[in-house]
Amino acid sequence: MSVARPLPHDAARLHVTGAARYVDDIPCPRGTLHLAFGLSDIAAGRIVAMELEAVRAAPGVIAVFAAEDLPGDCDCSPSNHDEPLLSDGTIHYLGQPVFLVVATSHLAARRAARLGRVETETVTPILSIDDALEAGSHFEDGPRIWAQGDAAAAIAAAPRRIEGEIEIGGQEHFYLEGQAALALPQEDGDMVVHASTQHPTEIQHKVAHALGRPMHAVRVETRRMGGGFGGKESQGNALAVACAVAAAATGAPCKMRYDRDDDFTITGKRHDFRIRYEAGFDADGRLCGVDFVQYARCGWAQDLSLPVADRAMLHADNAYFLPDVRIESHRLRTNTQSATAFRGFGGPQGMLGIERVMDHVAHAAGLDPLEVRRRNYYAACGEGGLSAPPPAAPPESISAKKKQGDGPGQTTPYGQVVEDFILHEMTEALAAQADYAGRRAAVAEWNAANPVLKRGLALTPVKFGISFTLTHLNQAGALVHVYQDGSVAMNHGGTEMGQGLFQKVAQVAASRFGLPMEAVRITATDTGKVPNTSATAASSGSDLNGMAVQAACDTIRDRMAAHLAEVFQADASEVRFADGRVTVGAEAMSFARAAQLCYEARVSLSATGFYKTPKLAWDRMRGKGRPFFYFAYGAACSEVVIDTLTGEYRILRADILHDCGASLNPALDLGQIEGGFVQGAGWLTTEELVWDDNGRLRTHAPSTYKIPACADRPDVFNVALWDGANREETVYRSKAVGEPPFMHGISVLMALSDAVASCGAAYPALDAPATPERVLAAIERVQR
Amino acid sequence: MDITFLLNGESVELRDVAPTVTLLDWLRETRGLTGTKEGCNEGDCGACTIMVTDDFGARALNACILFLPQLHGKAVRTVEGIAGPDGALHPVQRAMVDHHGSQCGFCTPGFVVAMATAHLNGDRAHDDALAGNLCRCTGYAPIVRAAEAAAEEPVPDWMEDPAVREPAAAPQNRAPYAPDSADALAEIYAAHPEATLVAGATDVGLWVTKGLRDVGPVIFLNRCADLQRIDETADALRIGAGVTMDRMRALMQDRHPAYSEMIRRYGSAQVRAAATLGGNIANGSPIGDNPPPLIALGARLHLRFRDTRREMPLEDFFLDYGKQDRHPGEFVEAVTIPKQPDRLRVYKLSKRFDQDISAVCGAFRIAVEDGMVTGARIAFGGMAGVPRRATHVEAALTGQPWSAEGIAAAWDAWEADFQPLSDMRASADYRLSAARNMLSRCLLDDMGAVTSVLEVSP
Repeated sequence: MSVARPLPHDAARLHVTGAARYVDDIPCPRGTLHLAFGLSDIAAGRIVAMELEAVRAAPGVIAVFAAEDLPGDCDCSPSNHDEPLLSDGTIHYLGQPVFLVVATSHLAARRAARLGRVETETVTPILSIDDALEAGSHFEDGPRIWAQGDAAAAIAAAPRRIEGEIEIGGQEHFYLEGQAALALPQEDGDMVVHASTQHPTEIQHKVAHALGRPMHAVRVETRRMGGGFGGKESQGNALAVACAVAAAATGAPCKMRYDRDDDFTITGKRHDFRIRYEAGFDADGRLCGVDFVQYARCGWAQDLSLPVADRAMLHADNAYFLPDVRIESHRLRTNTQSATAFRGFGGPQGMLGIERVMDHVAHAAGLDPLEVRRRNYYAACGEGGLSAPPPAAPPESISAKKKQGDGPGQTTPYGQVVEDFILHEMTEALAAQADYAGRRAAVAEWNAANPVLKRGLALTPVKFGISFTLTHLNQAGALVHVYQDGSVAMNHGGTEMGQGLFQKVAQVAASRFGLPMEAVRITATDTGKVPNTSATAASSGSDLNGMAVQAACDTIRDRMAAHLAEVFQADASEVRFADGRVTVGAEAMSFARAAQLCYEARVSLSATGFYKTPKLAWDRMRGKGRPFFYFAYGAACSEVVIDTLTGEYRILRADILHDCGASLNPALDLGQIEGGFVQGAGWLTTEELVWDDNGRLRTHAPSTYKIPACADRPDVFNVALWDGANREETVYRSKAVGEPPFMHGISVLMALSDAVASCGAAYPALDAPATPERVLAAIERVQR
Repeated sequence: MDITFLLNGESVELRDVAPTVTLLDWLRETRGLTGTKEGCNEGDCGACTIMVTDDFGARALNACILFLPQLHGKAVRTVEGIAGPDGALHPVQRAMVDHHGSQCGFCTPGFVVAMATAHLNGDRAHDDALAGNLCRCTGYAPIVRAAEAAAEEPVPDWMEDPAVREPAAAPQNRAPYAPDSADALAEIYAAHPEATLVAGATDVGLWVTKGLRDVGPVIFLNRCADLQRIDETADALRIGAGVTMDRMRALMQDRHPAYSEMIRRYGSAQVRAAATLGGNIANGSPIGDNPPPLIALGARLHLRFRDTRREMPLEDFFLDYGKQDRHPGEFVEAVTIPKQPDRLRVYKLSKRFDQDISAVCGAFRIAVEDGMVTGARIAFGGMAGVPRRATHVEAALTGQPWSAEGIAAAWDAWEADFQPLSDMRASADYRLSAARNMLSRCLLDDMGAVTSVLEVSP
């Protein structure tokens, strides 16, 4: 069976030979035109006048559009109808598209776009969280507040208290392939769009709306993206809409791709957060009550900020039972790029809040942070369900409260029962594999002996909720054809951005038919084949689409089995599909022969499949219910060394144990974990976004924005999969893996905090990203 | 201008090539070879990495900031030319598949070419060879595993590009110019002082791809072999302005290892193979990384206008932000470094270790006799509008014991020397305190303490 095999990415050979096609590599028809936006150079204000004559007169320019030249309503928002393609006169951020150039080449369009003269009236921009709070600038009518128990009373009654604040910077996706779209006008006003997008249906919807056509007139195709990470969930809308509108107006194919600097300047990034916390705890470091205030800087448009901020609230507990908790969330509107989805979707920020609390409590109580974490974990579940292996005996330190929770499981702050908690066992296994105790002692020894360089160690857990919190998105469709030669073509609503989704789902299809992988053809995501798809997001790709494909395959298989059973006078339940052959009682034949027989007997060999995630019930306004089908777990142990003279540092070692349930493909899952960790570590270390006082993003290219490079990965990097099946009925009992490993990067920030703490008595209170500058400032702080 | 080069083993002749068409755009848009990707269009991500072979051997370069005329007489290999003619995968390609080294695949062609080039050259320092290739998906571990796995495999025969015999250049009296000697350059530049000199194009490339500037008439320097010479005399090294940072790194390896190590981090393999010493000095950037160590070493700069030559201490070249002591039509011909016992220490401070522009780059040469500082040359980049000596600190140290006390005595001198700015790389305060601490690190290094996180093993 192909499921669970560590097969390479389906396009690996195409990748390494340069033959894999991305949007900008698709051969264009003759006469294809190229687009570029003219951008606002102020952050807030109003357009008084635009002089575009020089743009129109520039070499190669075919057409120039301002907002009033657009046909109808060209909105690009995925949520709130608040993102006009081109400024309607109001400027919301520096980098906002204000006019559109259509020219004969990419370079001609870029050159011409620089020639526009936009006269503006400036108003003072709202840039920072403080600016927005002062101006009362926010989305929704007020802060969202979810609570369980009485946090204030619990904190007041606690033996000890801490309070503090952490600044958490945003993050640029830096997908290696920038945003790109290509629109090909068809007969009768139809449009075909190739887009680098995680959400072809959204592109279809926005393009149809802009063209004033029904969705059936627009077909969107996405074979692959050169990375997405959430940055292509909604941020590709503007390019696709621009291409479609220009293609409709000129009758020519139109292509647009952002130059890297434009991509940084125009598109949204991860939300930066400030989280204020107040916590009461006892002498053993057990939390009595905790209060969080989360401030999310959302940028100029709503985009996906509400669910992002919701997910931050939903991960304010991470792996810890918080009996008395209050979470207040502010969604602040600012004159900056509209912050958007990014791997983890707010979860990482929320999780970092509670991890900071754990670190702070441990420092205040004089305890090992790992011990504090374990004492606060959710109780081990009485029945492990299918989450093998059997739980180890709970550590002695488990509190009375936790023991009460044994059995059905404790509840999260939003009332979901945690039924599948496996972090006690995972933590114990990882601490042993990574020799946490031995290295804890070695770090202390090193730090006592070395005046300049200090080491730090941290082990942090991840518990991440799997499902879209907007419940209706948890659905997927598939279309499977078996041809009369026994070959299979498979299509589903998920998109391939490098995560290996197509291969995993193909493994499912091959397994259902008992076929070798070569028999299954993976085809580009296409809104004409599977309609009404959800974004490939929320780590849900293989959970949803794998099940939908499985359902479609099973429909065909059942039809084939029924027919063959009839022909060979056997029971349909005894027809076996394995090793490329079909066995019916005493008869055996190739799958191709079986397909041929079915075809000749007029059995339909094509089927759709559909899946919707069960058990979900979520009341967002009350913050109560079951938003998640299950949780994915993991733990990471990182060791760092810092230079107390400059604040420079390096990750020496990382050990990760991660739960993928019964992995569909362990090689691809390991890749997600390794890559997620490094990306998460980058978020919290070197990746710093800097805006100046005018709202201009100063870090707008890889020369100034530093994602991890090759030598930044840990010297020793051990990643292992936790051996256990999902207790819920997911596809082959696997678990989602896209986002959860990203948060293992938190262990690096906590290890840095540990190293800084060795320099003095005070708590480091290290903000993120912990650039060398912030690390040195924290060192100076604790030494004071 | 007319150029000839080899592309994946086949000869290509182009007539009337515009001087600033990049190889990347030509490959993708004209030639239809779309395997080479545009990731950043500024030489910082490596997605456009191609291999270029000439008399100095094979090296990886960024095609996005490589102008077509620079390829005249060379051999170019793109990702499409890494697999064999029959489709057989190169060992690094096979290993990348087997070790799951690609996820989204967009950076992969650049990685494959960088890996194949290192493989060809027998270079096993994988982290260095790949420092200029960014990957956002894998976290690099599987890519390095692939590079290690392929290292022992033989180089496939199709990878051997013959050195191209440079065709006789047609005499050309119009731009773009491609002089073949410093003498010829001197004449042309004097006649066209408005021209833009292009050596490695790691800076001018961005004027074109990002600034969208019309750089005017262009003079390509890559054929001036005499500018690429390194001459050693009894008491000095004379380094031609056209010497690449790759060669500079090798040159400093044994003489001043701290300088060599800084160059390792200064740019990726792709950038070091293109960038020249003269370019890094002549563009006058306050954060160019060569001036601080060169100034600390007492280097002298040689300028030439026609046949008139003058020289000066390097620090005197930098007059003010964006302003150098260079006349129209005058060019940097060479740098001389006096031979000396190695006392140089260089500290480059940036957010990321590899391929990052310095927030602060400090170079120290402190002479100590009997525990006393007898002389100090200290120079910094990133601390002022120009690379600058810390003259007050030097004076305050000299005559003091080489100790924590001696360093403390120089505390106030730092602010007399520098009032740095805040920008996206660092704040003024951080720059100043890090610079001060670098002097302490210098002392601790002398005392044999471990002070670099790069030297710590897990």
